[in-house]
Amino acid sequence: MTKRKAKIINLTITYVLLVFGAIFFVLPFIWLVRSALMDITQIFIMPPEWIPRPVRWSNFPEALTSVPFGRYFLNTVIIVFFVELGVLITAPMAAFAFSHLKWKGRDLWFVILLTSLMLPYAVTLIPTFLLWKSLGLVDTYFPLIIPSWFGGGMFNIFLLRQFFSTIPVELDEAAYIDGATPWQVLWKIIIPISKPALITVGIFTFMNTWNDLLGPIIYLNSPEKYTLAVGLSTFVGMYSGQWHYLMAASLVVMLPIIILFFVGQKYFIEGITLTGLKG
Amino acid sequence: MQTRWAIFLVLPAILGFFLWQVGPMIANFVISFTDWEVGSSPQFIGFSNYKELFFDDFIFKKSMGVTFYFAIGSVIASGISAFIVALLLNQQIKFKSVFRALYFLPSIIPLVASSTVWMWLFNPNFGLLNYLLGLLGLPGSEWIYGEATAIPSLILMSVWSMGQTMIIFLAGLQGIPRQLYEAVEIDGGGWWARFAHVTIPMMTPTLFFHIVMGLIGSFQAFVQPYLMTQGGPNYQTMFAVYYIYNNAFFYQRMGYASAIATILFLIILVFTLLVFGTSSRWVYYEANK
Repeated sequence: MTKRKAKIINLTITYVLLVFGAIFFVLPFIWLVRSALMDITQIFIMPPEWIPRPVRWSNFPEALTSVPFGRYFLNTVIIVFFVELGVLITAPMAAFAFSHLKWKGRDLWFVILLTSLMLPYAVTLIPTFLLWKSLGLVDTYFPLIIPSWFGGGMFNIFLLRQFFSTIPVELDEAAYIDGATPWQVLWKIIIPISKPALITVGIFTFMNTWNDLLGPIIYLNSPEKYTLAVGLSTFVGMYSGQWHYLMAASLVVMLPIIILFFVGQKYFIEGITLTGLKG
Repeated sequence: MQTRWAIFLVLPAILGFFLWQVGPMIANFVISFTDWEVGSSPQFIGFSNYKELFFDDFIFKKSMGVTFYFAIGSVIASGISAFIVALLLNQQIKFKSVFRALYFLPSIIPLVASSTVWMWLFNPNFGLLNYLLGLLGLPGSEWIYGEATAIPSLILMSVWSMGQTMIIFLAGLQGIPRQLYEAVEIDGGGWWARFAHVTIPMMTPTLFFHIVMGLIGSFQAFVQPYLMTQGGPNYQTMFAVYYIYNNAFFYQRMGYASAIATILFLIILVFTLLVFGTSSRWVYYEANK
């Protein structure tokens, strides 16, 4: 009896804490949505009102046309596309060499490359900028795209290597007997059965590129080349105090990520777990 | 044959490592000894940048202090809250996946967008947070607009986006073998014994990972000062990377900015080594594999 009682008390405390915490995590979203749908007078009423009256859908077209968010969206999609391409081609190459091929120095190189996870980006920022500047490529998308074609980042190589290591090498060997090259083994055998890991890498790459602010503000000068993140940050400066527009624009910028999350939740969680635990 | 293919396949990654990591890191160190305005040629000036940083630049000192404050505060606060939520979720409860999704979602929102939302939540006159404080009968706060409250406010915001850490902790908790808990129960241990002698030691590798990666990340916070506070009030949020950015791209002082970056790098290195160095004393690894 006492044990059952203790269990009930424990569960009650758990639910109470979880619900209170969840309110703290959800309230900002509710505040965001209600503000995005209100007109500027209702938004400033104190104590705050929660139901927009009237629901002002026109905040969205007004906010999104006051600066060319459509253009920014397109720019961001272009950058994301080429970054994804670079990552999804070169990261599996390295991950395959680090897991399925035998060569001298393999594990040593892997550890050396792993140290890059700990290198603060702040220390590479200025020389990299000066390099692109000297090549005359500032204010183009090259500085934002090209680095991803060099192995796609150690995080991704690590994640894919973990996955590839679970695939038996016997599969490769059978193909080698039939005269296949490692290149063919990678793209025809390993890649097709690694879809979950590749989707995870793709999602993380999408998120990081979509959310990046520092890269685009350093490299892009012309307003017509801005990404969504830069566009939103300049919009915040221009429309300060116009919270109904700022919230509408913020909501639109985060929407693709939220949709992606609900579609691919499993991959988000698996990816984080995989890198976090075996790190 | 495998060796030749392997070299071809890893070549982009290894080239990239030298081209985008090692090379720039060395270059940053060299540039920090120059006076370099973009467009003109660099002048070698020895340790002048460092002398100026340490003896004439009060903003730099403030910047380092507040960067520490924020980095350590947010790693501790987000770590503890993530751990508590993970513990709560690691039970047989209903709506587990709903709770997990709710707690996780804020961590993937673009920081630009969530910073904008939080500016509005923090608004001292019309923001939600002061209204809620008022409901509890508490006085309102200046939040990010007050000198004393700016960093605690940003730490609160980092707690809101601790979801990824929570997921890692949750996976770690799920990986703890049941038998260990059962063994404690057989010895008559209660929940505290289970927590202190099984959960904590088994979780130390995961905590270790969070501390290392969390510190590296939060030492380099940029979006919050850039968008929300512009380093203010009174330089209270002049985080290191934002100060580097201002010097490099606003004042065009590439050499000076590189010197700050070098110091930040050394600080992060020392901290990482410190955590690694002490890890053998508190991180538990399974039976000497």
